[in-house]
Amino acid sequence: MSGTFIGMPAFPVAAREALDNAQQRRNLQHATQTIRDKRAAVVDEVDRWEELRVAGAAIKDHVLTHLDGYLVQLEESLTRAGATVHWARDAEEANRIVTALARETGTDEVVKVKSMTTQEIGLNEALEDAGIHAWETDLAELIVQLGRDRPSHILVPAIHRNRAEIREIFLREMGKVGTPAPEGLTSAPHELAESARRHLREKFLRAKVAISGANFAVAETGTLVVVESEGNGRMCLTLPETLISVVGIEKVLPTVADLDVFLKLLPRSSTGERMNPYTSTWTGVTPGDGPQQVHVVLLDNGRSDALADHVGRQALRCIRCSACLNVCPVYERVGGHAYGSVYPGPIGAVLNPQLRGTESPVDKSLPYASSLCGACFDVCPVRIEIPDLLVHLRTRVVDEKRGGLPSGEQLAMKGASWMFAEHTRWERAQRGAELGGRVLGKKDSIGRLPGPLSAWSDARDAPIPPGESFRTWWKRERGQG
Amino acid sequence: MIGSRQEMLGRITAALDGAERAPAPGRRHGAVTSSPDVAALFVERVEDYRAVVERVAPAGVAAAVADALAGTGQVVVPPGLPRDWLAADGVDVVTDDGGLAADDLDRIDAVVTAAAVGVATTGTIVLDHGPDQGRRALSLVPDLHVCVVHESQLVGDVPESITRLRDAVVGGRPLTWISGPSATSDIELERVEGVHGPRRLHVLLVSDGDSTPRARA
Ligand code: SF4
Repeated sequence: MSGTFIGMPAFPVAAREALDNAQQRRNLQHATQTIRDKRAAVVDEVDRWEELRVAGAAIKDHVLTHLDGYLVQLEESLTRAGATVHWARDAEEANRIVTALARETGTDEVVKVKSMTTQEIGLNEALEDAGIHAWETDLAELIVQLGRDRPSHILVPAIHRNRAEIREIFLREMGKVGTPAPEGLTSAPHELAESARRHLREKFLRAKVAISGANFAVAETGTLVVVESEGNGRMCLTLPETLISVVGIEKVLPTVADLDVFLKLLPRSSTGERMNPYTSTWTGVTPGDGPQQVHVVLLDNGRSDALADHVGRQALRCIRCSACLNVCPVYERVGGHAYGSVYPGPIGAVLNPQLRGTESPVDKSLPYASSLCGACFDVCPVRIEIPDLLVHLRTRVVDEKRGGLPSGEQLAMKGASWMFAEHTRWERAQRGAELGGRVLGKKDSIGRLPGPLSAWSDARDAPIPPGESFRTWWKRERGQG
Repeated sequence: MIGSRQEMLGRITAALDGAERAPAPGRRHGAVTSSPDVAALFVERVEDYRAVVERVAPAGVAAAVADALAGTGQVVVPPGLPRDWLAADGVDVVTDDGGLAADDLDRIDAVVTAAAVGVATTGTIVLDHGPDQGRRALSLVPDLHVCVVHESQLVGDVPESITRLRDAVVGGRPLTWISGPSATSDIELERVEGVHGPRRLHVLLVSDGDSTPRARA
């Protein structure tokens, strides 16, 4: 089990620090708004989107409640197709397996496809400790890695960086680890992308080993699927001799036919595109084409614990599209780092405490990192009831630990205070609630709120938020924008 | 290792003890309504990705391929590509015999392939890497990808394409789904084409003039 980020403060502390970062807030606001709008437009194009969501949830529920059987089938299919299957109970074991496999090839470097799962287990650090350089090849991950930074968003991990910062990082760092950035590099995105292309191509062409995750793993055939945009994924999956894929056990789908639902749900929910530029599927070894040594590491790392919780289990349906981040008023404000995990935002708030347990202060506080506005459920392609799960996990935190630390109520109020401090945020939450068919009346105090908010509103008489926005207040108080 | 396997499966079985096992969902959202003009929709949606797309008659394929390749140096083609698509003069063609290393491919400017399926709603071409499409590296490393799709290969939407491609997957073939050129939005969400894959995608959609069945592996 990998821990939280080292030295990570609990969510309210980290959130307050993040709130001081105006640049990050502006970037995030722009990013989440843009992706949100794109998503809404392409989802509207699809007839019967709701039916697709229901289908996605049903397939995942089926596979999760028969996971033992499907994993054995997946193992058989993979083995038949020429892959070697490994089982890893936790992060440490997975890292040990991957490190040993890489070592066996005699290489001291690997190229990597962006993968939440390998970030979750801290694979890059484990490889570095073993003297093996792991090169991230997704542009955003490259920016994060060269900047010795943490990703802040599932889909656009370097969204907290602007072009001027990226240029500086490239000029300063690229030359230390390979092809340097060209002299006279400007901060124009196409120039920055071009310099990443040149820097990474050298690595792709010589790499002997690649490491990936997988978006889906089909039990019927042993087929793995990776969805991406840049082609770095295809480079890694195709050019090296050895391919090692670390796959969370919740990624299994029963049949090839099930891909029809998920290849519609994922791109539209994620990048707001009808289809992402590249999707690769492969089934073990293809003679004469691509890696001839293929390994798949099936990872538990807390997933079977989540599976044992009959309410919490549904979080394992998550396909990591990041739609819930982009609609979350809390995430938009504090950014991804405050969650202390590779899984930020609403899904992070329910997934991390389940995968890691609720011992650490950050995991204890995460179920409170939400306004329970319900917008995350409305956009989730697999209908994970995140607000209900948060309430469920709050109960668990309270049950597990009483006294000593600040109460959950206090933490929740800290989160809620800035939520209510800006009217646009409140309105957005309200819009989210309206979308779900729940409407607030025009009153000067908030009465009983419907749905998951009722537990909160029943206990207090909260005033309608003031007309003055947070930004205006900030200007007045601090004299800056 | 055996221990880990047993332990993981044991934990999962224990986690599901007493759980209501959800039934397998039936076929779900029914047949997808195809657009009345799948070809027109396909062209519109491919264009949306800033790829070049042209409609050509069967007799015009060779000329259209030659035009698409204008100004490029060496071109690589898979061994099963119909030779009459490359009838034009002045094109320096290398046929992939499986011996080209990644470095060699990196020195080649363009690739011409066929496709297995085209998806209208999403503007996607799917390669199943049969003999007329070649191994995966061919359509990845060179900077220009010219892809020839027949109207008979078009389907309305993703679910229908999965139905068509299922046999290829079950047969162990890899698939590559391509929607426009390589792209990133990682820098301030500004879209930049061509990061690692081909920077230019040129799709030729061949009308159903010829009813000759296409050779498959
Ligand atoms: S919880 Fe739902 S919306 Fe959030 S990342 Fe997972 S699948 Fe997407």
